Formats: sequence, C-alpha cells, structure tokens
Amino acid sequence: MTSLPPRIPDRQLGLVIDLDICVGCHACAVNCKEWNSGGHSAPLTDRDPYGADPTGVWFNRIHSFEVDAQEEGKRGRTVHFPKSCLHCADAPCVTVCPTGASYKREEDGIVLVNADWCIGCKLCSWACPYGAREFDTDDGVMKKCTLCVDKIYNENLPPESRVPACVATCPVGARHFGDLGDPDSGVSKLVAARGGYDLMPEQRCRPTNKYLPPRRREDKDLRDDSGTTARLTPAAENIDGVFLRWVDRLLSR
Amino acid sequence: MDGDPASGRDGEVVDTSPMVADEVKHTTCYMCACRCGIRVHLKNGKIRYIEGNPDHPINRGVLCAKGSAGIMQHYSPARLRKPLLRVRDRGAGEFREIEWDEALSIAADWLRRIRKTDPKRLAFFTGRDQSQALTGWWASQFGTPNYAAHGGFCSVNMAAAGIYTIGGAFWEFGEPDWEHTRYFMMFGVAEDHDSNPIKMGIGRLKTLGKAKFVSVNPVRTGYSAVADEWIGVRPGTDGLLVFSLIHELLKADRIDWEFLVRYTNASWLVIQDRGADDDGLFARDENGNPLCFDRARNRLANALDAELQPALVGRRTLTDGRTAVPAFELLARRYMDDRYAPDAVAATIGVPSATIRRIAAELAHAAFAQQIELDIPWTDWAGREHDRMIGRPVSMHAMRGISAHSNGFHTCRAIHLLQILLGSIDCPGGFRYKAPFPKPILPAPPPAAGTGRPDTPLDGAPLGFPARPEDLLVDATGAPKRIDKAFSWEYPLAIHGMMHMAIHNAWKADPYAIDTLFLYMANMSWNSAMNVPGTIHALTDRDPATGEYRIPHIIYSDAYYSEMVPYADLVLPDTTYLERWDCISLLDRPIGSAEGPADSIRQPVLEPDRDVRPFQDVLLDLGARIGLPGMTRRDGSPQYPGGYADYMINHERGPGIGPLAGWRGHDGRSHGRGEPNPEQLNRYIENGCFWHDPLPADRLYFKHANLGYLNYAQDMGWIANNRQIVLQPYSETLQRFRLAARGHGEIQPPQRERDRIEEHFDPLPTWHAPFEESAVNGTQFPFHALTQRPMHMYHSWGSQNAWLRQISARNRLYVARATAERLGVADDDWVWVISHHGRVKTQVRLMEGVNPDTVWTWNAIGKRKGVWGLDPDAPEATRGFLLNHIISELLPPRADGYRYSNSDPVTGQAAWFDLRVRIEKCRPGETGETEPAFGSIAAPPGMPRTPRIMRYGEDLRPPFSGRTGGRHREFIGNRAEVMATMPGVAAGASRAKPDEDGDDDS
Repeated sequence: MTSLPPRIPDRQLGLVIDLDICVGCHACAVNCKEWNSGGHSAPLTDRDPYGADPTGVWFNRIHSFEVDAQEEGKRGRTVHFPKSCLHCADAPCVTVCPTGASYKREEDGIVLVNADWCIGCKLCSWACPYGAREFDTDDGVMKKCTLCVDKIYNENLPPESRVPACVATCPVGARHFGDLGDPDSGVSKLVAARGGYDLMPEQRCRPTNKYLPPRRREDKDLRDDSGTTARLTPAAENIDGVFLRWVDRLLSR
Repeated sequence: MDGDPASGRDGEVVDTSPMVADEVKHTTCYMCACRCGIRVHLKNGKIRYIEGNPDHPINRGVLCAKGSAGIMQHYSPARLRKPLLRVRDRGAGEFREIEWDEALSIAADWLRRIRKTDPKRLAFFTGRDQSQALTGWWASQFGTPNYAAHGGFCSVNMAAAGIYTIGGAFWEFGEPDWEHTRYFMMFGVAEDHDSNPIKMGIGRLKTLGKAKFVSVNPVRTGYSAVADEWIGVRPGTDGLLVFSLIHELLKADRIDWEFLVRYTNASWLVIQDRGADDDGLFARDENGNPLCFDRARNRLANALDAELQPALVGRRTLTDGRTAVPAFELLARRYMDDRYAPDAVAATIGVPSATIRRIAAELAHAAFAQQIELDIPWTDWAGREHDRMIGRPVSMHAMRGISAHSNGFHTCRAIHLLQILLGSIDCPGGFRYKAPFPKPILPAPPPAAGTGRPDTPLDGAPLGFPARPEDLLVDATGAPKRIDKAFSWEYPLAIHGMMHMAIHNAWKADPYAIDTLFLYMANMSWNSAMNVPGTIHALTDRDPATGEYRIPHIIYSDAYYSEMVPYADLVLPDTTYLERWDCISLLDRPIGSAEGPADSIRQPVLEPDRDVRPFQDVLLDLGARIGLPGMTRRDGSPQYPGGYADYMINHERGPGIGPLAGWRGHDGRSHGRGEPNPEQLNRYIENGCFWHDPLPADRLYFKHANLGYLNYAQDMGWIANNRQIVLQPYSETLQRFRLAARGHGEIQPPQRERDRIEEHFDPLPTWHAPFEESAVNGTQFPFHALTQRPMHMYHSWGSQNAWLRQISARNRLYVARATAERLGVADDDWVWVISHHGRVKTQVRLMEGVNPDTVWTWNAIGKRKGVWGLDPDAPEATRGFLLNHIISELLPPRADGYRYSNSDPVTGQAAWFDLRVRIEKCRPGETGETEPAFGSIAAPPGMPRTPRIMRYGEDLRPPFSGRTGGRHREFIGNRAEVMATMPGVAAGASRAKPDEDGDDDS
C-alpha cells in the first residue's frame, strides 16, 4: 500500500476548531464548497440539485447534537461540531491506498488525493475513522479537504485571503489555521492553553487538526460568599421602607 | 496488491498559486438583511468565488453560509426571464411572455387611471425591500397612503418600542458593546437578524471570557447553544420575567440613580388628577418645559435645566394646587408590587424563582461591582467636561421572539426600562446606539394620508410617527384611512404599516375596495402570509355579480418564480442582487455601527443574461410614464434617465442631503451634506462600495447626551438641533391616547376601542397574556408553536438554493422529549398540528433543549409544488411545511363578534408567535406527505430544465500556473481577544480587528 512520508513533516499545517463558540451556522461548509467548486478538486459535483434527493460533494460538514447533563449541577447543552479531514500524521487513508493516489505532502503534511491515480475503490473512505472523505460518483474519484492548498500559498490573492476558506469566513472566529508542528506557533499555544484535543485518539491516527473543548459554563453563575446561589437582599422590610431610603437622596443632574 | 506503490506525492505537482479570477468586484450582499461587503471573483464571465470584504465595517471579511451560497442564488433555475402576462385564472401559473414596453404600458395605464380617480386605490407593498427611501417616496408622489414594507410583520414592536423609549432600537439602531460588556442578555433572537455582526460579537465576547452570556429563548439552538446559561422561557412571558428582575433590583435599591436623573424623564412630575384632561401627562411650565422638584432649591424647576438636584420620589403640589409625582415613583410602586415577585411569576414564565433572583443579582453585580471606566474625556450636552466615561457593563439584545407577540411592544419597552434602571444605555459595556441613532423622541413627522384628491401627492411620507390622536389616519367617524388599518384606533403606532392585513382587507373591501395591488419581493401567498389558504382565496375570489376578481389587478415584481408569481396578472422580472445598482442609505435602513455611520452601494458585477430589469429602474420609469412629480421634468421626460444609479447620485431630499452620504459636493470632499457629485459612485467603488466615518473616541458613548456627538449629528443633518435626547421610560405619548379613550380631546376613538386603548396605552410598560392564548381554550390547545430561521437560510430564497437545500430540504416539528413521551409520539411519527384555525401535517423530531410547553419548526423551508425551479417531488414540497397555514390573520371573535387582526394592539405587529396548538398522532394511512397541499403550479414559458447533475466550477479551474507560491500565514480567529487572554500568542492575521493585521510571512 502507499507509504507515508519517511518522517513526520516539520511543518504540519492544520485547523484548530473552537467548540466553545461554534454556533453551527454552516458558513465554513458553504464557503469551502464555493472555493473548492472551482479549485484544486473541481468540480464538487451535486447530484439532483433541484430534485427529491439533493446530494453533493462537501469537504466540510457540520453535525449538531445535544449532550444531556451527566452530573448534578451541570446543564445539558447543544453542540455544533464541524468536521473535515484532520490531515493525520498516521493517515490510514494513505496507507490503505492501493495505487498511491492518496498521499501526505512532505512539505506541510497536507493529505491530498491525486485524481489521476485514484481508481475510486473507496478503501480510503472505509479506512478513515472520521468519515472525512467524499466520493464524487460522477467523476468516479475520491475527493477531500485540501486545506485550500491552492489558496493558502496563492500569491495571486491578497495576503489576507491566503488562509483556508473555512477559516477566513467563520463569523464567530471559531476556526484557526497554522503550523501545529511548531510548538511556538500561535495555534500550538492556543491548543496548549485551552486543552485542545485529538478527535478519537484511540484510533491512533494522530490527527493534525485539534478541537478546543467547550468551557465549563456553570462556573459563571454568581454565588455569594458562602457559596450558595446569589440573590439580592431587600433594602428594607417593605416598599414604604424602600421609599424612605430614597426620599432624602441627593442627586445631581 | 504487492509491493509499495509510489506515493501520489511523486506523481502530482500541485498548483499552489493558480490565477483564480480575471477580475474582482466589490459589492454588497443581499442574501439576507445584514448587508455585508463582498468581493466577487469573476472568471470567464462567471462567478468563481464570493468572499467577505475584510475592510467592510459590517462583516470585516467574514461571510455566512447564505452569502457564500450567492453563486447558486445567482444562477438559480427559478430566475424569471421576461415580463409575463397572465393568460388563465390566477394561480394556474399560465402566462405569456411580453416585451417590456408592453408590460410597462399596461402597468402605466392601470396606475394612471387610479391616480386620476382615487390614488388610494393603489396598494403598494414591498416586502424585504432595501430601497424604502425610494419606494416610500414613490408612493408619496403617487398620492397613496397605502404603502409599507414588511416591517409590520417582522420587527415593528422592536422599532416602535425602541424609538418611542430610547430614541434608538435593537438590531438596526443599536448593538451591544461586545468588547467591554460583562453581562450579555439576549432575548428571543432567531439566528438570522444582524447575522454576521452578532456572530462576530459573540465570538469576541466568549473568546475574551470575561462576560457571562445569558440567552432567554424557548429553544436552545444556535446562539443559545453557546450561551453560558440558557433560560427556556415559556413564549410570550418575557415581559413578566423582566418585571420580576426589575422588582428585585428596585427592592434591593440596586439601580443607577445618577443615570436616571441625568438622562431620563424619571424625575419629571406626572400630574395626578383622575378625570382631568391632563391626568398622567407631565406637569409643565408656561413655556411647555417639563417640571421636576429641585431639592437643591426646594422648588419646582424646569426639568431640562442642567444644574438641578431632581427628586425621584415624593408627592408635590403644583402652582395650581394639584398633585404630581415623579415618573420614577409611579414605576417603582408598580414594579415593586408583590405580583411581580419571582415566586408570583415563576410558574407562568416556566423559570424557577431562584433562577430569576440569581439573574437579578448577577445583573446588579455586573452593573455596579464591575463598573467600567475608560480614560476618555468628553463633554456632556450642557457643556460640562468629564474626565472619564463610566459604564455599567450590562448589554442586552432582543428581536423576533419578543417582537412577534401581541404583547411585544410593551415587552420590548420593559427590556429598555430594565436597561435604563441599570444605567446601561450607550455607556461602556452597555447597549450602544448605531449612528445615525439616537434620534429625538420622536424622530420624524406623523404619517400622511393625503387629501384623496386625484393626481395629487401626499403632503408627507406614508409612514411616520404619531405623537397624539390628531396624528392618526382616521376619518371623522374614527374609521381607518389606510387599507391595512395602520395608524387607526385599532393599531395606532403601526409605524411600519401592516402588510399582513393588506390582502385580507382589500378582498373584504374593508375599509374600502382597491383597484391594484402592487407587490415587490414579498411572497404573500405563501411564507409571508398569515393564513395561506385564506390568502389564496382572497387573491382568487371573484365578485359573483360581475365575475371580476375582488382585487381587480395584481402587479408583482420578483427575481424568482416564487409562490406569489402565479397570482399576479402582470409580472415584472427583477434582476439578481449581483446585476444591479442599490444604495443602502442613511435615509432608509442604515448600516452604521456604534463606531460611526456608514452606507453602501451595490454595483452590477454581471450583466443580466435574461430580459429582466432592476425593480428600482422600473419604478422610476413607471413614475416618469405616469408623470409623477420629482420623477418627471417639465418637458415630460424622465428626471432620472439613468435609472436608479442616476437617482442615487442626483436625488436630493433636502438641500445637500441625498441617498448617499459619502463623497458629496463638486469636489467629492463633503460627507453627510453636499451637492450631488457626478463621480460619487466611482468613489464608492474605489472604496469597496461603502462609506464609513469612524467617530473619534470622545463621541463613542453617551451619544444621547454627548455634545460632540450631538453637534456632529446635527451637522450631518440627522437631528435638527444639538439638544439632549432624554430617554422616556414614562411615555407621555401613550398617555395621550389613553386620555382620548377616556373622552378627552377632539379626536375620539370609536366606542368599541375605548377599553382596548385604555388597557394598552399604559404610559409604563405592562404585560398581558398573548391574545390567542387568552382567546382559545388552553386544554384544547396546550402548546405554543414557534418558528425559527435556520442560520443558513433567510426567507424563501434560501431553501431553493442548490447548496443550502443540501443542508436542509425539509423541516420537522421539534417536541420536547418528555412532552413527546407523554403524548406517545416518537421520532419521525407523523402528527397533525392543530390550531383554532386549521391543521397541518408533519413528522416529529424529539429534542431536549426546548421549553416543554413549546413545539417549533424551521421557517420558510416548505414549498409549493411547481415553483422555485424545484421538482414536484422535492422534499420541500412533499414533507416541508409551514405553520403559516394554521396561523390566522384574525383573532377569534370577541363577544360582540368583532375580529381584530392577530397583532399587537399598539403597533399592529403580526403576532406569529402567539400561535397555540395541540398535537394529534396521524392515523395509519394518513402518513406520507404533508397537508394541506394546495396543488401543483405550472411553470411559465422559457424556464430552463433543471440539471440532474451539476458540475459547477468545472470550467473555472485555472490552467497550471507553474508558480510555487509563497509561505502560509497563520490565522487566529479573534486574535486580539486571544492575545488579551493568552500569553505568548503574537500579533498576526485575524479578522475582527483588521487594524491589527500583520503579515507574518516569514
């Protein structure tokens, strides 16, 4: 099968996705779709786009689900979870590929598919534990997130546009992009500070992309000095008493 | 396979620096009402890519899912292609194509005849129009009072409550101070309005991590999902929750006294003389100035003077011997009453009383223990200098969930009252006005109805701000003058009109019959209708005596084959938003922010490939054809032969004031005021299609009382003088209507309206149970039913978009899991949702994060078969459904049989969210497709066949560039906020603060 680069690339470009602030708006998914529709893997074919079962190729999809409260004093929550290729260091989609079409770049760690070599056997999509591959039935080849490889280095674009489409467009700023192989990079520090984690580490794929967990929210409830739930203390025993406090108050306009 | 094949990396040379576009053009998005700046990349004459404009003050480079799907909107197969004339019955969808000359002649003939006889027989309503400064002016020049856009069924409760209370409003006229706030409370916001600014703000606020974000909303999706605390309130009870918070704050004496005396009418003395014609009005001196009691001099004084020590409590004797008390005392006594205690309201609201008490404590803690001080000297309205700006960092935002109830006006006023008591209006960390707001209370003249004389314009604008009963549009008997009954005694402050009643009333000839209904961009036979079956009946019903339609003529302009098109007699096809000029004007719905005013344009980035014309060009053309003043020169030729672009440059509302504020004057150096500049649009294009005037630091806060800001606003022509704008928690305006209901004054309400006016024109915020809830049997209809908009869609445009419909092509009814188990309903079961008005069939989806008494669904996904370029078996038509089918435009009959509109009694706001329903499981055999179905509609001539396979972009792949490209740039979202909280993260690329963008190419 296909080999990974002989050593882990020094530079490992990837995404850091903040689940604490993602509101599930699908901006990243749709902007990805439009960039890549005319990009490296173009087109991202849509079947039956105006019919009974519209389905197309998307490199980035958002899943929303509810998490019930597991412990006393914690609240249930709704989680929005964007998912795309995680550009793993030990990418099983690469090693499983019988033709060498699926590969990981030495210079930046981006996992790509060479469409000329892909025979559409779908082994890679079976091997990927994240379900991050997208088969274009019309082209008969596998497609996937390219980390906008035709955008992030593109000198025909103004500098501020040279970031993955999903990152540049995210309205809440929940998506970050950088070199996760460099411990001094901003994204690495962000991951360290926020407890960023690997998705499904037990799969041993060593994903490059990281997720930042939702922060604990219950701590923001105000408690009084004794630790019980805060409440205001009435200023007097009854309304007339409160008014009495106000009668002599001197206030300047 | 044997061996180890070569890696693809040996076989592929990736082009990392392809030439993406031939050309990049700036314009303004129109995929929703947010109006973000976009850069459109064009290649081979097609759209390659749309991205946010990083320089634009609204979106700073971000773009939402809707905006990113603009390509599919532009190339939609549902686009109309040529003017159409109906050839068979309304609703059949059978048209013949006609030329523009014929279409415009027909329209001009109808319009000319109406104007020559009785101008009000034209009803002109314009939906989600972003050119209301033009369309409203057009109606005024035509001479019909029957004009409005969609505000009456959207957000007029928010606009009216805000403008009548604080001189600004949530959403378009205000925003939270995301950077400095320590407590952000959001009431009932569906995830669409002000889409990107709110998302950017929440992202910044949460990244900084210093604030608590509380979402009060029956449904926990979207923004509520990232809130620190979700309060799943029972719909329509937010007002009680707010009163209870006020109750706690008042009783604990945790309110901002200085703010109240400096910036509000809380100290103004209210006459207490039950039965008198000025009872409840402010006591005034001989010059009409309001009075307060000055404790410094122990006497009555002009409350507008600067050097006073006004009393906020205590009964005073006026010079005529009567009694008056400060407005504050009235409000304090009301809300400290035990009926607003947390324990008294908790069950009704569906929120534990301990939670209410804690939220009150948290508000007080944030406002007073976390006071913000910015070292920015400023000068107040009286010329007094202050060395700092002191803020109460509590901010609030509210929208549809408050607005779409029949108690929404007062609930929104209640929220503003809470903000006022906390002193958190336009201060650091609080709610902030977006320039050109605040405006005086009230900002503009009352509405004009005209004389009714033929060929005569109105003597003002059709929409305005009534201040007293004399300003209503009613005849001598008190009957409405407008077809929608806006500004009548039934809905006196209907400042956005009542589009949701126009078709029903026109059909019923109540108050009179019309000749022509002229609609633009409003899907009034479908997802913008209350009562879809009834609306379709009204559009197709004929007078048996004559055989003619009861609404004789319908002209409609839309870019797409929507459900409304088949009901039109004459269809004027509009362009897409990428094929037109537009102006987002300060005269209309401004895009300014708290940081400064802004306006913008759309420019055509593509030529239409169909025989369509921009509606605004058509409107000016029609105006010239029928000789409307302002649109026609003396010789009869068009005033604006260059169409809307010509108007945008050359039209003047007042001397030097035109649709666009930027680059005015002959040299293009004036802003705000200045003579028309023929080069103005080029200046806009050079600047990315927007104009923005950032305010200096000393004008950023306290705009209602900040001399520097008030002088600036006066210079710009937004306000007539630089006087302080005094906030009005006590509304004398409302009391004036109440006094009329008590029999005072010349202008008297009909007998039937007196009690209703007395109850709802309370000068202090009040709460009543939503009308439908009170009118129907709670046992028969035990649930509230709501809609929310998905963040990736906006009205009916979104759900026919080839990409967006892959995210959601149908909707279900969401039910709380515990409730569903009680009803014996499981996921995907088919159920009937039944209201007092009708029933609709759908499948169910269970969830946790919803108020147990509430069911809800996504809005505007359901489609009718045959329209929008979708196949008849599209899920939108077979399984998508609308709650609109079962929402009545009328309330159930009162005891005397009269049926009011299903609307707020103050503003006429459509009460979509008052809907009450029960759920019944479908019987076997009833499942499969949604009902009611309404039948399929034919497609007009010339519509393209839709593709089975779409390979958009295939031909846009660039040829191999041979270039290797540069280095990557790190990008940290909200980098400034990350840097502020996380040591070691360096400056570099981000979006929310473009000024701090560095180039970290290394």
